[in-house]
Amino acid sequence: MPILETLWIIPLLPLLGSAVNGIFGAKWPNKIVNLVALGSTGLSFVCAIEAVREFVASGQQPFRKEFVDWMAAGTDFRIGLDLQFDQLTVVMVLVVTGVGFLIHIYSTGYMAHEGGYYRFFSYLNLFMFFMLILVLAANYVVLFVGWEGVGLCSYLLVGFYFLKQSATNAGNKAFIVNRIGDFGFLLGMFLLFRTFHTLDFNGIFSQVSRLPADTLGQFGTLTIASLLLFVGATGKSAQIPLYVWLPDAMEGPTPVSALIHAATMVTAGVYVVARSHALYTHAPTAMYVVAVIGCATAFFAATIGLVQSDIKKVLAYSTVSQLGYMFLACGVGAFGAGIFHLMTHAFFKALLFLSAGSVIHAMGGQQDMWQMGGLWSKIKVTAVCMLAGSITIAGFPPFAAFFSKDAILFAAYNHENNGKILYAIGLLAAVLTSFYMFRLMGLTFWGQPRFDEHHVHVHESPKNMTVPLMVLAVLSLVGGWFALPAFWGGPNYFADFLGPILGGEMVGGEEAHRLELILSGVAVAAATAGLVVAWRMYSKGAQRPKLEGAYKVLYNKYYVDELYHAVVVGPLIWLSRNVLWKVMDEGIIDGAVNGIASVSSAIGDTVRHTQSGNTRSYAVWVLIGALLVFAIIFWPILHLALFGVVR
Amino acid sequence: MVPTNYYLLLSAILFGLGIVAFVFKRNIITIFMAIELMLNAVNLAFVAFSQALGKTEGEVFVLFVIVVAAAEAAVGLGIIIVTARNRRSLNVERVDLLKL
Repeated sequence: MPILETLWIIPLLPLLGSAVNGIFGAKWPNKIVNLVALGSTGLSFVCAIEAVREFVASGQQPFRKEFVDWMAAGTDFRIGLDLQFDQLTVVMVLVVTGVGFLIHIYSTGYMAHEGGYYRFFSYLNLFMFFMLILVLAANYVVLFVGWEGVGLCSYLLVGFYFLKQSATNAGNKAFIVNRIGDFGFLLGMFLLFRTFHTLDFNGIFSQVSRLPADTLGQFGTLTIASLLLFVGATGKSAQIPLYVWLPDAMEGPTPVSALIHAATMVTAGVYVVARSHALYTHAPTAMYVVAVIGCATAFFAATIGLVQSDIKKVLAYSTVSQLGYMFLACGVGAFGAGIFHLMTHAFFKALLFLSAGSVIHAMGGQQDMWQMGGLWSKIKVTAVCMLAGSITIAGFPPFAAFFSKDAILFAAYNHENNGKILYAIGLLAAVLTSFYMFRLMGLTFWGQPRFDEHHVHVHESPKNMTVPLMVLAVLSLVGGWFALPAFWGGPNYFADFLGPILGGEMVGGEEAHRLELILSGVAVAAATAGLVVAWRMYSKGAQRPKLEGAYKVLYNKYYVDELYHAVVVGPLIWLSRNVLWKVMDEGIIDGAVNGIASVSSAIGDTVRHTQSGNTRSYAVWVLIGALLVFAIIFWPILHLALFGVVR
Repeated sequence: MVPTNYYLLLSAILFGLGIVAFVFKRNIITIFMAIELMLNAVNLAFVAFSQALGKTEGEVFVLFVIVVAAAEAAVGLGIIIVTARNRRSLNVERVDLLKL
């Protein structure tokens, strides 16, 4: 097994690509940068496929190898660069390398006329490296390395146009908000280590399975650890209350939004929850929190997405909403469905973002949908691909999200704790999803152009941008067909594949099967409702509505940013400025340093007069010193006072 | 036989004269001679004790002191000559470059 035995090659290739481009790329023409960047990711993709082939050939035995000892302390603390390869890793690695490779190809077209071309690809490759570390890790510490690394790359790429103030602010916001989540994640790791004396996945999960599960409403160690890990997940995967950074992160170049803020990095939180499912299934309270947060986020973000005017902002809120679905799935115990939606979402959301990028490219940088319209006939390939993505996300059969979203809603419906309510909110969010996607389609492609056609030269994107779109469109169509046979009572290949890792899926049976079909029908009806409303409102062309009432509240994202600013950011800045800066830094720290300096200076000023430069006065000092020594030696009282003993 | 006290008294007087000359004279060479005087006063005390106690350590010390004094005289005279050349003066008050 050559590739599995040298598993590190999969992440290492993009790292090499990143280093080579980062160090030498500045002087190279774009073609060589392309060769390095695409070559390394492409090879990594090939290696991943080969690893999967070997994995399947070995009878799907989870593979695990400890490559290098990293750190060790005490008797039981040992962290190694351990990598593993199991069913869950297969899905993640293929998504990361596959979609990542397609987005790399797309970027060669999209970024062709941008400055810092090599820098962009260096960062993008570095991101691939950290993301692969994250999904291949066999313990929490190595996973955390990847986790922080993708955060770093996200920061670098969001702030890629660093001359733009809003872009650097967005980068900072992404980084700082994630830091809050990471703090929870770290605490969770500490608690896990204290409890299990290891941070290895296998070690922890095998011990957990022997422990009694907490009951609902009980906050045992497992529940608290799970909740702390989930705090990290809410940061990375943009869930309430830490979702605010993701919409701002759209300041980055569009391929970055597609790769990092839609397809891969933001799903890391879902991955962690699914990976830690052994913990979560023993902590029903944490599961319930995950489900409620996921469900609430799915609905909440979808409502904001209804009225946004920036094409990428709509997709950003859509991503937040879809991530909410994934957490809902994990929360109700359907980890397989969550990962399934993660995969299909990677396809269709990457497709949507890249299509949006193609639209922006065609419009010469315009992102405001009220300045678009009537693009259907002008950029047909992009339009068709975007339509494919929209149909997919809305959940029409036989496109991918129909199967994955269906599985989630079905699992929610069957959940014992308020499952019906979770289902209803999820379904409502599905209606909204369908509406905002077809609103986007309507404002962008249908109706009459709302821009000056003499000034904007609308043109179709080059081949290296449209071909990845087509591939992703096909994947969005067929990506869900693993679950297709389940509809006539056959096996669900995806769920069965992940079964050994994530535990059994929901039990089938004739009754459940009929219920699932009914729920599917309801979901399709919901999607159709959203489609019809959007079609009636936007197909004939529409004008920007006035900002008032509920529309204004939604347009301003429920004023959550303003609320956070008033409650958290403002007081922190006040505290920093008036206490930490003026009192602590200037008063105490600077005061201490300057105080010591001025005391020394004052002493020096007094004492320097003895250094008169008069040789004879020095002689007198010597004499006085000699006399003092005599006095101490021959005068017992003085000796006692100075040394504490009588001679 | 002269009593040891007399030697010691003479030694103390010589040492005191040395100190007074060291502190109050301005001529570098005079100061230098004052140092020599103090060294020899100490030598005298050493040999006096040596004879009184019937031991030879004191005499050995005196030899050491003479050797060191010779070396010191060589170095010290060298410094004095350089100083005199640079300043055209032997006044110790003029040697004040290190003054603030």
